[in-house]
Amino acid sequence: MKKLLVYLKDYKKESILAPLFKMLEASFELIVPLVVTAIIDVGIAGRDSGYILKMCLVMVALGLIGLACSVTAQYFAAKAAVGFGTQVRHHLFSHIQTFSFSEIDKAGTATLITRMTSDINQVQSGVNMVLRLFLRSPFIVFGAMIMAFTIDVKAALIFVVTIPLLSVVVFGIMAVSIPLYKKVQERLDRVLGITRENLTGVRVIRAFHKEEEEKSRFEESLQSLTGMQNHVGRISAFMNPVTYIIINAGIIALLYIGAFQVDTGTLTQGEVVALVNYMSQILVELIKLANLIITITKAVACGNRIESILEMKSSMPVENSGKKESEAASRINNGEQSGNQKRVDSEYMVEFSHVGLTYQGAGAESLTDIDFKVKKGETIGIIGGTGCGKTSLVHLIPRFYDATAGEVKINGQNVKDYPLEELRQMVGIVMQKAVLFQGTIRENLCWGKEDATEEELYQALETAQAREVVEGKDGKLDAPVEQGGKNFSGGQRQRLTIARALVRKPKILILDDSASALDYATDARLRKAIREMDGNPTVFIVSQRTSSIQHADKIIVLDDGEMTGIGTHEQLLENCEVYREIYESQYKKH
Amino acid sequence: MAEKKKNENQSETLKKVLCYIKHYRWYLILSLLFAVVTVAATLYIPVLTGEAIDHIIDKGLVEFSAVFAILIKIAVIIAVTAVAQWLMNVCNNKITYEVIQDIRREAFEKLQILPLKFIDGHSHGELVSRIIADVDQFADGLLMGFSQLFTGVITILGTLLFMLSINVKITLVVVLITPVSLFVASFIAKRTYTMFHLQSSIRGEQTALINEMIENQKVVQAFSKEADVLEHFDEINERLGKASLQATFFSSLTNPSTRFVNSLVYTGVGLAGAFCAINGIITVGQLSCFLSYANQYTKPFNEISGVITELQNALACAERIFNLIEEEPQVPEASDAAELNNVSGNVELKQVYFSYTSDKKLIEDFNLKVAPGQRVAIVGPTGCGKTTIINLLMRFYDVDSGSIQVEGKDIQNVTRRSLRGSYGMVLQETWLKAGTIRENLIMGKPDATEEEMIEAAKAAHAHSFIKRLPHGYDTVIGEEGGSLSTGQKQLLCIARVMLCLPPMLILDEATSSIDTRTEMKIQNAFAKMMKGRTSFIVAHRLSTIQEADIILVMKDGKIMEQGNHQELLAKGGFYAQLYNSQFAV
Repeated sequence: MKKLLVYLKDYKKESILAPLFKMLEASFELIVPLVVTAIIDVGIAGRDSGYILKMCLVMVALGLIGLACSVTAQYFAAKAAVGFGTQVRHHLFSHIQTFSFSEIDKAGTATLITRMTSDINQVQSGVNMVLRLFLRSPFIVFGAMIMAFTIDVKAALIFVVTIPLLSVVVFGIMAVSIPLYKKVQERLDRVLGITRENLTGVRVIRAFHKEEEEKSRFEESLQSLTGMQNHVGRISAFMNPVTYIIINAGIIALLYIGAFQVDTGTLTQGEVVALVNYMSQILVELIKLANLIITITKAVACGNRIESILEMKSSMPVENSGKKESEAASRINNGEQSGNQKRVDSEYMVEFSHVGLTYQGAGAESLTDIDFKVKKGETIGIIGGTGCGKTSLVHLIPRFYDATAGEVKINGQNVKDYPLEELRQMVGIVMQKAVLFQGTIRENLCWGKEDATEEELYQALETAQAREVVEGKDGKLDAPVEQGGKNFSGGQRQRLTIARALVRKPKILILDDSASALDYATDARLRKAIREMDGNPTVFIVSQRTSSIQHADKIIVLDDGEMTGIGTHEQLLENCEVYREIYESQYKKH
Repeated sequence: MAEKKKNENQSETLKKVLCYIKHYRWYLILSLLFAVVTVAATLYIPVLTGEAIDHIIDKGLVEFSAVFAILIKIAVIIAVTAVAQWLMNVCNNKITYEVIQDIRREAFEKLQILPLKFIDGHSHGELVSRIIADVDQFADGLLMGFSQLFTGVITILGTLLFMLSINVKITLVVVLITPVSLFVASFIAKRTYTMFHLQSSIRGEQTALINEMIENQKVVQAFSKEADVLEHFDEINERLGKASLQATFFSSLTNPSTRFVNSLVYTGVGLAGAFCAINGIITVGQLSCFLSYANQYTKPFNEISGVITELQNALACAERIFNLIEEEPQVPEASDAAELNNVSGNVELKQVYFSYTSDKKLIEDFNLKVAPGQRVAIVGPTGCGKTTIINLLMRFYDVDSGSIQVEGKDIQNVTRRSLRGSYGMVLQETWLKAGTIRENLIMGKPDATEEEMIEAAKAAHAHSFIKRLPHGYDTVIGEEGGSLSTGQKQLLCIARVMLCLPPMLILDEATSSIDTRTEMKIQNAFAKMMKGRTSFIVAHRLSTIQEADIILVMKDGKIMEQGNHQELLAKGGFYAQLYNSQFAV
């Protein structure tokens, strides 16, 4: 949580002024019992109605000033808290964006979304409450004690005993119950998990007739939740009664000592009333404090969860290439491509030398000793079984993951030595899942190249066989795209995502099984059009269909993360058993 | 009218709520009793304190014996209050948590017998939130709200009573000024409503963006669009900040304002009390007692308006839960439902009519006779309703008219358990439960031996990847299969069926996420498995279709044609058209 508080630094003034004004308000509140004392000791004892009236006006004035202070404090608190929330949202969002694929896989998108939304809201309102109340309540507690000292030292000593005692009880119960509340949450999560599972798996559960088993599994999780809730409930139920006892014991002690002090003339009757008032004020504030602490605990828990996301470092830290990054940025600003000239132009566009990849937390390598070279303008097909590492392999090229062994080079230079942005600028990748974003078709296509002209867009659409998709829509390029591209069919989305990658005229184009929803004829036309594209890009085609890759210059056959063959279609048919099997499984029976 | 209906609904819901609480009525009665004791004792203490103060008048004017007697009385009452308060809390907790548990249990058990139609027709997230979030909010809101309301009301009444017993005039001052604070609070609430509305709509916009971008971050990164996305995000974020500031600030004015009104009440009491004291109508002790009441009396008023919204909210939640619990369950099993034994695979559909909604006819007069060991392939374009047939065969849905017979018995007259147990099913959506791989595999045959399990896994070509997982067969996979790829999940689903090998099979695009090479291997296993077993296969691969004994061609949810490959090709109908377009290279 501590690290999150950095984001309050722009609101230093507000964060200080808010509690300050709250304390000011509290001080006026603390004066009230003194005024009452004056009314009793001077006004009533002296039967002075004028004095009483005057004192009551003073009380109203105190109330008004208090109101003004409080409103000011609320404003500053709201400003600081909202500003804080806005900042955290901004930083968390931009931090999540730096995550490499490994971190996204690890954290899970659902978790990230919760952190971004409800967790931040909780923290924001927590900060707001803290600024408003967290100082006010202790201030009144200690203020009451100090006021008691100004009245009578001996009586004030009761406050000195009562307050620590109360604090021990309040915070002790808190300290015990908070970790238990966490357990309650864990058990609730389990109940939730089973419920969700039973909905998504309803067919399987019924097919295997597991209803009774699921019921008892659910009952078990329910029981453990209720048990824990009752346990925590019993402990926190102590809070109110125990604090109540302590405070009232304090009042009894006050009256007891007060009786002696008044008898000897050290105290007046009005002062005893004031002391009792101060004691009751402490109770009210402590209850507020206790409730506040619950809110704060929740907020801190959310804050810690947010922080753990902020602490997740991208496994591809920008610092590695930080210097080059800034150079690259300046180059981009100058609109020059001088960077490329500095580098040695290699004969090979892409080189994998003995590359291995082990995913975080995985037991075995997903890719082992991948070694090949690709010349500029070549088309490479990658084929292999499910989970054999085809996608992993191509994801190494734009550095979505870092190779854990060996080197990946582009144009003779290790991908790790490129600034990420420049590297990804060179690569156009079309992923398996065809994703479009809310907006218009044009906006989606311009992801590939911000300042693309209409002509460039249509050219890309033409190549991607997607012109008809756009022309079939009202508004053409400006036709709206709904969230997730829901208003397009799978095949249409796929072609549009291909067009999006083509708009930037990448040096390296990667099609990761991205023609799966296209029929064979369209697929063939697409491949032909890509071959004829200007700029002569190096193309990687990942597919399960031999027909999509058989005309490639080179085909890489992957089996279980290893290369079992590389060569042309004919060569592989000759000497690669795995390839032959795949080919035959698709063609023999037709 | 609508208002009246709403009220009726609410009282209806309230009745049902009371039914749940009925089991815990003793706890409830105790809780109320303890609440009354707590409040009464709490209110009595200021009176006693006041009396004590009246015995501490001035130098040399202290009646020690009277003071001590009162102090002992206070001590006893404090003890009583504390115990009552604790017991009240415990009772409330007990009622709340037990009611939550009862409702959740009932809802979950309901889920197990709800027709698939209901579950398919509702978003899972929404149903989950009814059982989890709504139940929590209902219990917290209703039970806690109720106890707050109850103590609030008796505190107000009690205070009034105590105050009236001391002095009527000063009580009037309190009663007259208090409503001002309610007025102020509702005034502020009305003004802030639109601000909150604006805030939540911008928040919704932002959440949508967050969802879209985080879910598809890989694409964002591939196009190096991070900066642009962030800019868009910041623009919304800034608007949200402005709206939040307004909403937060204006709503936070409630507290200071009501506190100010309270201080007016306090001053009013002080003024009136002091004048009364001068005239000897009340004592100083009674004044101090009044002052402390003035503080207590206004508090429940400020809380009550909040509690009432909470209560209404809780009732709305309760209604959603009860709607689920009271949903019509699937047709219960007939008491004389037969067990389906020794199934050899005779399936017959006679004049079957079925549709999901009455206004859209789907399957009409469908007849099909399948002999033991035959293969039925169901083909058609995506979304043509191939799964409808599976829904009917497994009795996930009931036919509207006509009958489906297995071994000559209408499936509506046999137990669901034995019917479903006769089929081995592999669906397109691969579902695995959270647990170990082993638990998932032996789902259909809990008493399977280790060897049997491994053999089934090998047959499904899942053994090699399972072996490579960190803990092999005991690797825990998360909800929905967690880290496994779709293909791997599918292999596990196949292994699950391979292990229990029921007499009939249903395979729904069972190998759609498996590459052709692995599929070919599995096909061999499938072929072995299908031998002698009646199988229904939703298929899109040519070889499976060609070898089928019967092909059902579907389009738009309807069965267009029926026959074997040759017959259908010769017919030159929809199948031939489909065949030529889909499989031409």
